[in-house]
Amino acid sequence: MSVKRLRGMFWLFPALALGGCHLVLLDPSGDVARQQSDLMIASAVLMSLIIVPVLIAVGVIAWRYRASNKKAVYDAEWDHSTYLELIVWAAPLLIIMALGAMTWIGTHQLDPYRPLTRIAEGRSAHVKAKPLEVEVVSLKWKWLFIYPQYGIATVNELAAPVDRPIHFKLTSSDMMDSFFVPSLAGQIYTMPGMQTVLNAVINKPGDYDGFSANYSGHGFTDMRFRFHGLSAKGFDQWVAKVRASGHDLDRAAYEKLHKPSRDEPAHYYAQYASGLYDRILNRCVEPGQMCMSQMMAIDAGEAHAPRARHGADAMTAEPSSQAPAHDAAAH
Amino acid sequence: MPNRSEFWNFLLGRLSLDSLPLHNMIVVVTFIVVATGGAALLGFITWKRQWGYLWTEWFTSVDHKKLGIMYMILATVMLFRGFADAIMMRAQQAIAFGDNMGYLPPHHYDQIFTAHGAIMIFFVAMAYIVGLMNYVMPMQIGARDVAFPFLNNFSFWLTVSGVLLFMVSLFIGDFSHAGWLGYPPVSELHQSPGPGVDYYIWGLQLSGLGTLLTGINFVVTILKMRAPGMSLMKMPMFTWTTLCTSGLIVVTFPILTATLLLLSLDRYIGTHFFTAGMGGNVMMYINLIWIWGHPEVYILILPLFGVFSEIVSTFSGKRLFGYSSMVYATVSIMILSYLVWLHHFFTMGSGADVNSFFSLTTMMISIPTGAKIFNWLFTMYRGRVRFDVPMLWTMGFLFTFTIGGMTGVMLSVAPADFLLHNSLFLIAHFHNVIIGGVVFGIFAGINYWFPKAFGFRLDPFWGKCSFWFWQIGFWFAFGPLYILGLMGVTRRLSHFTDPSLQKWFIIAAFGAFLILLGILSFVMQIYVSIRNREKYAVGHDPWGGRTLEWQTSSPPPPYNFAFVPKVHERDAWTNMKESGYQRPLQGFNDIHMPKSTATGVVLSALGFVFGFAMVWYIWWLAAVSFVALIAYAIFHTFNYNRDYHVSADEVNRFEHSGNWASDPQEARA
Repeated sequence: MSVKRLRGMFWLFPALALGGCHLVLLDPSGDVARQQSDLMIASAVLMSLIIVPVLIAVGVIAWRYRASNKKAVYDAEWDHSTYLELIVWAAPLLIIMALGAMTWIGTHQLDPYRPLTRIAEGRSAHVKAKPLEVEVVSLKWKWLFIYPQYGIATVNELAAPVDRPIHFKLTSSDMMDSFFVPSLAGQIYTMPGMQTVLNAVINKPGDYDGFSANYSGHGFTDMRFRFHGLSAKGFDQWVAKVRASGHDLDRAAYEKLHKPSRDEPAHYYAQYASGLYDRILNRCVEPGQMCMSQMMAIDAGEAHAPRARHGADAMTAEPSSQAPAHDAAAH
Repeated sequence: MPNRSEFWNFLLGRLSLDSLPLHNMIVVVTFIVVATGGAALLGFITWKRQWGYLWTEWFTSVDHKKLGIMYMILATVMLFRGFADAIMMRAQQAIAFGDNMGYLPPHHYDQIFTAHGAIMIFFVAMAYIVGLMNYVMPMQIGARDVAFPFLNNFSFWLTVSGVLLFMVSLFIGDFSHAGWLGYPPVSELHQSPGPGVDYYIWGLQLSGLGTLLTGINFVVTILKMRAPGMSLMKMPMFTWTTLCTSGLIVVTFPILTATLLLLSLDRYIGTHFFTAGMGGNVMMYINLIWIWGHPEVYILILPLFGVFSEIVSTFSGKRLFGYSSMVYATVSIMILSYLVWLHHFFTMGSGADVNSFFSLTTMMISIPTGAKIFNWLFTMYRGRVRFDVPMLWTMGFLFTFTIGGMTGVMLSVAPADFLLHNSLFLIAHFHNVIIGGVVFGIFAGINYWFPKAFGFRLDPFWGKCSFWFWQIGFWFAFGPLYILGLMGVTRRLSHFTDPSLQKWFIIAAFGAFLILLGILSFVMQIYVSIRNREKYAVGHDPWGGRTLEWQTSSPPPPYNFAFVPKVHERDAWTNMKESGYQRPLQGFNDIHMPKSTATGVVLSALGFVFGFAMVWYIWWLAAVSFVALIAYAIFHTFNYNRDYHVSADEVNRFEHSGNWASDPQEARA
């Protein structure tokens, strides 16, 4: 039975009671979230193969062997049956083997680091279509999105064209947050000095909820943003709108943005300081701070290179963007 | 640091009048209620002239039974505290929609969910299971006490000093707002400069040390002090699960201690273990805390699996089905529980191979757990099942926990967890297994062993009320959370914008109210039973028990067994009854017993002072109390007045006392 049919069955119970409430995790609009949701439903169905009979058996057996039912067999010494023991261990084992195989495959296919090979069921991702690059920074308590291909940046508002793969690189200024748009794809942590990656695609145009799913202090509740799934044309218009705002996210503006704030309204930047994301990632936005990538390069080279390489020029050098040590997966 | 002279800063550290949260009405009212209640209780004890009795018979006692009861009382008191936090959160989430910000500002709300989680795990669930294990396990193996009776008393008072630090934080300063596991960066000094996280750290360090000592104590007791003939594979299931839990405690609690120590080094002397810069890394903390934290979950549930095994077998009047397979299941759960910690953060970007591995190990735990559920089922099969209150809780457990297990497997599927992580679905899941498993098991155990401890049964009417309120209240409180989770609502939010969610939170709040009625029914049950204790009086074996604790009187004498029983089979007491055991009524000998000591109280009080001084940076006091603590511990090793003999005459008197009154139900069993 296809997962699609299962989804229909699974929906029956809550759908009856809910009347209009949208269970977004069961009906997301992005292909990645949809596959994750399919696995979730499949695991529930597989488990209920064993859970439902057990629940029924508990009721039936407890009732049948109630003390007042003198007709039922009573055998105080009966405490072993090799045959039953075999079932007792084999039944959960078989279910878990099936689920384990699904999970192994699913975890690899849906690894957030893996570039998308498809944008929807039966539609492979075109090699030509370059993914939309978005650099995400979680700040106290708002989201900064940088679009290096367009030279723009936004706060608390994210947009992407429908059916175009999106490649997120994520980090955080101070706290540990979790970037989550339930309709789009599963969440991923953002951590200071660390980079995580998320590949996703949105399949339906719409205005979706996004937020931090990981508690990060008093302003966390309001740390929400809108995610717009737009047509290609709509996305171009949106980019134009952001550019028209005229604001510049230079270092000074970033310093201001970096100050803790709650319930920050969405706003746009037509341009941003070059290398801003890498400086945030390497924790060297403030002038004079040594970038972590530099520091790590020095540490890594220490065994081989003479100490004279610890020069003052390291303080001012541009950070390298692809320092592997930042990769959370490497730890 | 307050603006005052150097002298006062030296004397009081960062403590000042501003530390009292007088601006917060909720806290002030709470303080007045707690202070009035506390003063009334203390006044009552003084009026009744009971201090001497409490001190000599209880506080300084090293008797595992009294310590077990004190743990249970402590846990019940903390259940009220933890539940008050719960109902405040439910109330906040039920009203804080749109323009209404609720009655709790985030600053306060965050402390409440932190306190709720930490208190419920460390001081309710842990205290209850340690209490149960303390009371029951030594009697089940036919021992007269635990291996290290003084250490047992010390462990209890360490737990109390941890509790006191948590409670003091309510009224002096504030509590941690970093969540129950104190994740950095929120818990780092830079983000939480106040005393809250320090209260959390020192409270857990003190009580964690107590738990570790308990674990060591129980492992040694079980391995060295079993009655003759009781090989490992003849031990009662509850003793087996106690052994496995204690083993887990011994291996994992040092990790908690070390992790919190590293965090306190970050906070106190400026190291960078978990900071963002200078080579620190939060991921290290999260890994370490869960390497302790996941086994901790099994530390909580395993003893209750033992409780259910005893109860199912007793109330089905039948041997436990598949004993060996139960033992192997318990041991494999114990081992597997070390291998799953990463499933608490699949979303940290570990990569597919790592995530798959931990996904699969997590799922594997459901195999032995599933086998256990089947074995309880087959224990009822061909039995004569009596639905007394302990069995009702067990039935509730079988239904509720199984469903919690199913949602747990859903969460263990790593890709699905990317959606469900941190959601209210997750919250519903772990309450489903902790309430459905741990709490139901604790109430089952209390109802089951209460007659042993006090010589009278608990009132069944209020027991049933309590059960049904909890059972139905649970689904009202957490059913909506499952649905909200699937709607993409995450945890720890103090305010909502989407008004369509409100009805679910109101239902959940109603569920919490039902659970409140369940707790009140439990209190009522205890009260009514004490009032009617004559009516509910029972003999030594009211349920037709199968294990050794039912051989001795209710309540048992201080030495548990006048003659150490000889064990020939599993279900040793059933075996003795079947082979026509006659209780010896003469020929008693003197019995060698450990003596009470005040050292546990003194050391823990010093520990409390040390913790408080550290929290408030009162360095001189910290140094003095620490040195005093070490000195007193050394001083105690020179105390040779640590044992006494219960004379044969006294034993004779105990063995002919009313505690052995014959049981009207005994004939039935």
